[in-house]
Amino acid sequence: MEFLSDIASLTNSTLRISTPLVFAAMAGIFAERSGVIDFSLEGKMLMAAFVAAVGSYFFGNPWAGLIMAIVACVSLSMLHGFASVTHKGDQVVSCVAINILIIGLTTALAAAWFGQAGLTPTLSDDQRFLEITLPFADALREVPIIGLIYSDILSGHYIFVYFAYISVPIVYWVVFKTSFGLRVRAVGENPSAVDTAGINVFAMRYKALAINGVLIAFAGAHLSTAVNANFFREMSAGRGYLALAAMIFGKWHPKTALIACLLFGFTDALQIRLQGVELPTIGTIPVQLIQAVPYILTVILLAGFVGKAIAPRAIGQPYIKER
Amino acid sequence: MSSVVDKSKVPWWVSNLIVPLVNLTLALLVSALFIFIAGENPYKAIKLIIYGSFGYIEGFAYTLYYTTNFIFTGLAFAVAFHCRLFNIGGEGQAYIGGLGVFLVAINFSFLPVPIVWVLSIAGAFIFGAAWAFIPAYLQAKRGSHIVITTIMFNFIASSLMVYLLVDVIRDMKQMGPHTVALPKELWLPSFKDLAALFGVKIRYSPLNASFLLAIAASFFVWFLVWKTKWGYEMRAVGHNTQAAIYAGISPYKNIIIAMLISGGLAGLLSINEILGVHHKIVSGFPAGYGFTGIAVALMGRNHPIGIFPAAFLFGILYQGGSEVTFDMPNITRYMFVAVQGVIILFSGALENLFRPQIESFFVNRLNKQVEA
Amino acid sequence: MVSPILELLSINKSFGHVHANKDINLTINKGTIHGIIGENGAGKSTLMSIVYGLYQADSGIIKVSGKEINLKSPRDSIENGIGMVHQHFMLVENFTVLENIVLGFEGEIIFGKNLEKAKIDLKNLCDTYNLNVDLDSVISDLSVGFRQRVEILKSLYRGAEVFILDEPTGVLTPQEVDELFKILRSLKEEGKTIVLITHKLNEIMDLTSEVSVMRQGEVVGHTKTENTNREKLAEMMVGRSVLLRINKSKAEKGDVVFKVENLTVKDDLDVTRVKNVSLEIHAGEILGLAGVTGNGQTELLEALSGIRPVVSGEISLNGQKISDNSGLLNPRQLKEKGLAHVPEDRQRMGLVTDFKAYENLIFGYHDQEPYSKSSIMKENQILDYSKKVMEEYDVRPRSPNLMTSNFSGGNQQKLILSRELNENPKILLVGQPTRGVDIGAIEFIHQRLIDMRDKGAAILLVSVELEEVLSLSDRIVVMFDGNIVGERINKDVTDRELGLLMAGVA
Repeated sequence: MEFLSDIASLTNSTLRISTPLVFAAMAGIFAERSGVIDFSLEGKMLMAAFVAAVGSYFFGNPWAGLIMAIVACVSLSMLHGFASVTHKGDQVVSCVAINILIIGLTTALAAAWFGQAGLTPTLSDDQRFLEITLPFADALREVPIIGLIYSDILSGHYIFVYFAYISVPIVYWVVFKTSFGLRVRAVGENPSAVDTAGINVFAMRYKALAINGVLIAFAGAHLSTAVNANFFREMSAGRGYLALAAMIFGKWHPKTALIACLLFGFTDALQIRLQGVELPTIGTIPVQLIQAVPYILTVILLAGFVGKAIAPRAIGQPYIKER
Repeated sequence: MSSVVDKSKVPWWVSNLIVPLVNLTLALLVSALFIFIAGENPYKAIKLIIYGSFGYIEGFAYTLYYTTNFIFTGLAFAVAFHCRLFNIGGEGQAYIGGLGVFLVAINFSFLPVPIVWVLSIAGAFIFGAAWAFIPAYLQAKRGSHIVITTIMFNFIASSLMVYLLVDVIRDMKQMGPHTVALPKELWLPSFKDLAALFGVKIRYSPLNASFLLAIAASFFVWFLVWKTKWGYEMRAVGHNTQAAIYAGISPYKNIIIAMLISGGLAGLLSINEILGVHHKIVSGFPAGYGFTGIAVALMGRNHPIGIFPAAFLFGILYQGGSEVTFDMPNITRYMFVAVQGVIILFSGALENLFRPQIESFFVNRLNKQVEA
Repeated sequence: MVSPILELLSINKSFGHVHANKDINLTINKGTIHGIIGENGAGKSTLMSIVYGLYQADSGIIKVSGKEINLKSPRDSIENGIGMVHQHFMLVENFTVLENIVLGFEGEIIFGKNLEKAKIDLKNLCDTYNLNVDLDSVISDLSVGFRQRVEILKSLYRGAEVFILDEPTGVLTPQEVDELFKILRSLKEEGKTIVLITHKLNEIMDLTSEVSVMRQGEVVGHTKTENTNREKLAEMMVGRSVLLRINKSKAEKGDVVFKVENLTVKDDLDVTRVKNVSLEIHAGEILGLAGVTGNGQTELLEALSGIRPVVSGEISLNGQKISDNSGLLNPRQLKEKGLAHVPEDRQRMGLVTDFKAYENLIFGYHDQEPYSKSSIMKENQILDYSKKVMEEYDVRPRSPNLMTSNFSGGNQQKLILSRELNENPKILLVGQPTRGVDIGAIEFIHQRLIDMRDKGAAILLVSVELEEVLSLSDRIVVMFDGNIVGERINKDVTDRELGLLMAGVA
């Protein structure tokens, strides 16, 4: 029985921990499928976390924070687009710049406005998103198996968790079942084909980047107004890069990217559980080393030992029209 | 007016001085805006920066101490960049380089001091290079993007070093996560020592002889990239991989070499921090210098001649910046991280924002002078 | 009753100082198959790109069915019933046929219902024109011939009345060509108009009812196909220009030093471009390889110089086999064996444009003495050598320190040439040596090649410029559609004869 409840709590944690990764991976898919490299997911997530926390505090409403975070991230995506698509600048440099800029600016402004070394004020319950208990969850708790699944695994999450997993089939549908998604994918594979069909390549990329901004904002807001009750410096902790690895490993496909995100979430949840636990033969793995597991996993996934990932054909290349 | 300029008519000082200066100015204007948003007076901040970095001799020494670090990490990024590789892993490579320095110094301390120093330099370089090897290999062989892998290796280095500092090589007599101190003979001579030789008494500053190593490294990089066969091939692969293949140059080999040297240079930062300043491995000693190196390299156009002044500028920002954080409690050192990001943006991604207008302005002006 | 569906009046287009289209006047009549023929650089593709809205003409008027229209983008052209099948297909490899066709014309955000309608419409089109394409297959699985049908279907679906095809048969097998012709004829039956851009005279004679000839940016002739023949067309295409024949002594031919046997090479899209080619070059001889671009010369050169793998066949240097199915020697090793290569695409392959001139002058030879010793570049030696060859080859400006991108095309070419010829190679592969080069430099380069030959080198000269081939070569072979279609000794051969061979006429 204890084993089952361990599994349940592990699954529960996995779902929660993977949430920002899922949003970030979906965001990355939109940008990269349209041909724009997006290594700035990390910076945008952090920006969203900061803006959401500050916005929720000032307006007393977490939704206000979320909306402000969306505006901030879309603006950053547009900046990236301006540098990469319009000015045909180096897309990787643009991303690195945004990441560094955001790490500095968010902490600096948090310190300047609130004084405590990069923390924003703790949000009260009104100002943040709370865990949601699904209907009948308490009543069903004692029911074997179903109760476990419904009450312990599915219920009790923050709203973003539900959003994240619902977003996956939506993203799948938009990218693969709509004409908008068709055009986005075409622009990332063969922009000339799109151009000769009379569609504006640049506009398509900007649109994809806008969606990218919206999705990544959710990831950041989840961190600072749901899981935690404030922003603290560098709180994204590399999740943006993990999401990238998940996206690449998932071959830029929502469903497989989701699986990779869950894998990351699981290893993180597992790592937390295993801290200080004596394992057979190995003994206790030092906390610091265990914490490195997601990053090591990222490298392994990127090394392509589990299959080679082929990026959208036209990615990273600015589209040049006339000869 | 045509914005298409005959590139051969643009004087070198316009492309390499004026345009970067304009980009820098734009970046600084945006930074001033940030300071304003943070609720402080940008003008006052600038005055503090200048005072803190030049106004008194120890301040200037601090500036040069920071400059030392930025030269190393700037050179590191630049070397890799010549092969079209974005080595974001300077932090981790510097950290692991520190491990190399410490292990060598502690274990070979019985040898004459100058020899230990030389061996330590080698240790720093080799360990830093080793930390860059796997990302390099994965990029060359498997196409795994080096930006992501080097960033991951930064995190892994952090975890590894914290573990070592807490559990393995910690100074057991102390509470903090750091190693024992190196024997005093091995400490690099500091600026204070030098001044004392001339009978001048100054207060403590971390500036030390590794500054000279940084200058030597600059020459080394200049020589390597522009005067040797390896540098030639690296640059060919970076500029035009197709043509390199035509000429029989191996992209694979050059990617690895470029990254190894890059990692090694980042590792040299630890000579400053460990042999020169802390005299032990302190947790987190790379302190963001690796990322600053990126801004330094891009601003300095990836050439030692540009990297030195860029590193100096950032030294001023850091030292002046700490004066600012001291006097203006609302501004923390993270504000200067933001400034770095803006500089990378304007010197890197948006470097051509105003280039056509600037170049054609100067070309037209020069034409008018000729006609007159 | 013949009426014009497309009229081009005084169209002009320049790219920098290249005047690609000079005052073009052209009338295409409805329901005809109209051929536009010309050599490389004649301006045909530029003109049609203007008609399709990809470029904007500098001046001139375009009328569709008598109405003047402004074509600012492909969207405008498509709306006016103009469709184009490009030489390089505009298809998304991993999409299905259906997805490629509806791209941009999906109808609504939501797929679902509209796709069904599209499928029905497309099925009807396929039946009408015998296109026989499986709408659900993925492009990467289709043969080139079928991909082309998808392109035609695309234009049909968008309601095209005028179909422009740019060099459609270059990538097709003979059977696929026959199939294509059937399709084109049935399009014509249904009242569509076809503009066929080609350099192949057979196609013109077989398919078209009217033909316009372009040369060097101008329309130099227009006639009804029934009133002309291949010879007349070839003459118009190639022109009766004065040949710049160089004074050269008779070749002192030596032994065979370079031999190619049954070579087959594929391109990056897995299409066979070199089909069982055999040739031999003697020491002290220039073998000219004539032919219009796209007939396999590029792939042949890349294979011979160690850059592209070979599917089958053998290459031998001085009797020593240097390749077989398993692989080629790499460029470094070939250089050691005395082979030098001046590539066709100087900017993409032959030079690093961001390097200074002196750095490019040792490109590929940089690790040899005297340019470097124990891995250190000997700058003084390199600069001395650079100054010497830049003087010798009259490269302007005479600055070894100037960045290569600042040199004109001709001078860049001279840099490459001086580099490769300086090593006194035994075998020299040269591709398009005077492309984009001014007249003065052309003469100079030609003289250098003759000098090389007189010193005993075996030279393979690949060029689309017939004049150049006739001027320099001792022997000439013509490449058409991946095959060697003719070999002549350069004594009494005429440009007309070669033009016919280049255009696929035996």
